[in-house]
Amino acid sequence: MSRRTAQILGVGLALLLAWLVLFPILVVAGDAADRTALSAFFGRGGEWAALWASVWISLVSVALAAAIGVPLAFLFEWFDFPGRKTLGSLVALPVVLPPLVGVIAFLFLYGESGFIARAVQRLFGMQEAPWRLQGPAAILLVHAYSMYVYFYLFTRAGLAKLDVSMLEASEALGADRWTTIRRVVLPLVRPSLVGAAILTFMTSLGSFSAPYIFGGGFRVMTTQIVATKLNGDLPLAMVETLALAVVAVAGLLLLRRTEGDDILVALGKGIAPRPRPIRRAGVRALATAAGWGLAVLLLLPHLTLALVSLVPYGAWTTQILPPVLSFENYRRLFSEAERLRPLANSLWMAAVSTAMAVALGLAAGWLIVRRRVAVRRAIEWLLALPWALPGTVFAIALAMTFSVHAPPLRWVLVGTAAILPLAYLVRALPLTGRALLAGYRQLDPALEEAAASLGAGRWRTLARVTLPQLRPGLAAGASLAFVAALGDIVASIVLYTYETRPISIEILSSLRLSETGVAAAFGVVLMVVSALVLGIGARR
Amino acid sequence: MSAFLQVQAIKKQWSHDVTVGPITLDIARGEIVALLGPSGSGKTTMLRLLAGFETPDADGGGGRIVVEGEDVTSRPPARRRFGMVFQHYALFPHLDVGENVAFGLRGDPDVGRKTSEALRLVDLAGFERRKVQELSGGQQQRVALARALAPEPRVLLLDEPLSNLDPALRERTRRELRQLIKRVGITTVFVTHEQEEAFDLGDRVAVLSAGRLEQAGPPDELYERPASLFVATFVGRANVFRGPAARALCGGADPGDSPIVVRPERLRFADAGLAGVVRERRYTGATAFYLVESDGGERFEVLAEPDAAQVGDRVYVQAERVIRFTENGR
Repeated sequence: MSRRTAQILGVGLALLLAWLVLFPILVVAGDAADRTALSAFFGRGGEWAALWASVWISLVSVALAAAIGVPLAFLFEWFDFPGRKTLGSLVALPVVLPPLVGVIAFLFLYGESGFIARAVQRLFGMQEAPWRLQGPAAILLVHAYSMYVYFYLFTRAGLAKLDVSMLEASEALGADRWTTIRRVVLPLVRPSLVGAAILTFMTSLGSFSAPYIFGGGFRVMTTQIVATKLNGDLPLAMVETLALAVVAVAGLLLLRRTEGDDILVALGKGIAPRPRPIRRAGVRALATAAGWGLAVLLLLPHLTLALVSLVPYGAWTTQILPPVLSFENYRRLFSEAERLRPLANSLWMAAVSTAMAVALGLAAGWLIVRRRVAVRRAIEWLLALPWALPGTVFAIALAMTFSVHAPPLRWVLVGTAAILPLAYLVRALPLTGRALLAGYRQLDPALEEAAASLGAGRWRTLARVTLPQLRPGLAAGASLAFVAALGDIVASIVLYTYETRPISIEILSSLRLSETGVAAAFGVVLMVVSALVLGIGARR
Repeated sequence: MSAFLQVQAIKKQWSHDVTVGPITLDIARGEIVALLGPSGSGKTTMLRLLAGFETPDADGGGGRIVVEGEDVTSRPPARRRFGMVFQHYALFPHLDVGENVAFGLRGDPDVGRKTSEALRLVDLAGFERRKVQELSGGQQQRVALARALAPEPRVLLLDEPLSNLDPALRERTRRELRQLIKRVGITTVFVTHEQEEAFDLGDRVAVLSAGRLEQAGPPDELYERPASLFVATFVGRANVFRGPAARALCGGADPGDSPIVVRPERLRFADAGLAGVVRERRYTGATAFYLVESDGGERFEVLAEPDAAQVGDRVYVQAERVIRFTENGR
């Protein structure tokens, strides 16, 4: 292929991506320039309160997640105690709970009619439920549970890259353990910590399920936007969307500035310190007990979900534990056409969006890394853009852009089967794009040249050499994209139609009909599929 | 009869001031040619042009590559039937040794037999099911060679074939590589930046500098009759003399303004000639190198017997053989 053809393809890809991820945002910005909507936004206290709530909830979520995740990472990376390996991987388990599923698991577990509340009520002979799981505290609880994993995984990865000789050098220079941690270890793992903080902040800012289910009267910007949209005040929803987008980008830029130098970590590519056994028997027993206690605490939501999914409709009223267990809910799930449908919908839409995201990622990797097309920076920037903005922003933007017929840029796609896969595709692009770009950058071009010199054409080289080499990154990116699409709630709730309703919407409507067992069974299916897909994706 | 592989005025312009070529070189069937030059001299570009990974300048000014009378200039690498061994071997890590070697034999009914034959050729019979990561550097290099040779290419191209091996292994591998190539009888072009490697492995050596072919010829011709000052100093040790010192060494024949070159082993201590003082002595066993500073301030090396002089001695030096250049410096 000539240089010119590659350049033309590069421009084509950049335009396609711009249409997909940039154009809808511009449409929103254009629509938000509406005087009445602007004055409504700036005039009402509720809007500012929701925006501020989004910001402080996100900041506190970062602090809580760090407070749990960082010490755990040090514990599992530096100390050895019975069960360390098993526990170390159990600690990452909240990852397999899609946001909505985690939220309903918490509802069944800690909600006012959940196991714990029932047990406490029975224990003390109370008339009422002892608490209500509502408001900011409930949201923060869910966030801390599901997001400490980012800090845990990132910090462990950072510590694993640390060179033991750095620690020894510090000790040889007379520093005690705490000084070493403060002056040597923390500065070196800072990029990992900042990475985790950015991820937590962005996830928290875009979080929808927890505030939606637990918020009550407490509104954050994501729930506020969807409520305004459902009320039909579109111009105001546009202004709110734009405000959230601005906060997200500002937060991202501010956090980026604290990132520090990556070179610091690259320098220390020696051997990581080996985990030290805890010597004192008492401390060791305590660490082990605390570890298993923690594991149970972390697994309780999963177990709750599984248990509730086995309770037939109406069989569980006032008892602490359900009196009857059966597979009735699963039977209904897989035998009733109306219930099987959301499952099938979610699977095919997630599969199609992932496949498209992988194809675009491959094309981008090849054009950027191999052909070094002139617009490569634009392509890379466009691929990353959806990551910098909360899901709600894109959901609203796509809903606005594709409900108007104005070819060639705008088509009526809302209400068709195409809109949800497109929305999932937008969210998937940063995941597959980053994984495939990194894979391409690590791939030695000589391998492809070797294939060519041995007589292999372009497609055979792609199938036999390039794809097998990219497989680990491709599998990781694709599995993350698939699981994100499968568990999505934000785009789904704005864009679904009855025909294309995905699992998350079906869970919500089951909850509304008090069919908790069916909702939990859907949750278990989502959890198991996510765990399987992530497990396959992480295999080397 | 015309040459087996003809490089005709091949040229590639990278940017305004970086150009490789035009280079013209005829290579006979079964000949081993070394492309020798410092880094940035264009030798790797030359090899990649031959392989087809780079395309010469368009607009007809980029020259031609002809094999057996067939113009392959615009053929993609996959249809050129040139075998290539890459600097870091580029073995496919997800395939085993046998699958690597069989990669270029797709559609051949005799894949199994040809694969094991190629492996036997490089002394790795029975290695088919080994993983490439488990092999030593030398074994990986031989697998890469077997893989390149298995499809029976017309020309073999080697990019710095020995640079990845440790020095102890390099000399032995060099001999074995030459024997193997000669046994197969394949026309070979290889790139190296080491003069010793080029001399030992190549029938002919093409010296490149700044994108230009300085000289191509057998090793002894390059050493004894270099065509330019660059070749003289890049190939082997060389003392360059100008002006009065040059005249003193040339005896009666006046070299004019152009510099002359004398190899250290062609200089000897005598009773008269270019006067100087021994500044350093480097003892190598059988001989010693003497660093001499002439009265005019020129420093040069003399190779002589270990007891020929001491540091601080006042000496006179004569040249047994002087290399002159026709043009000024070229």
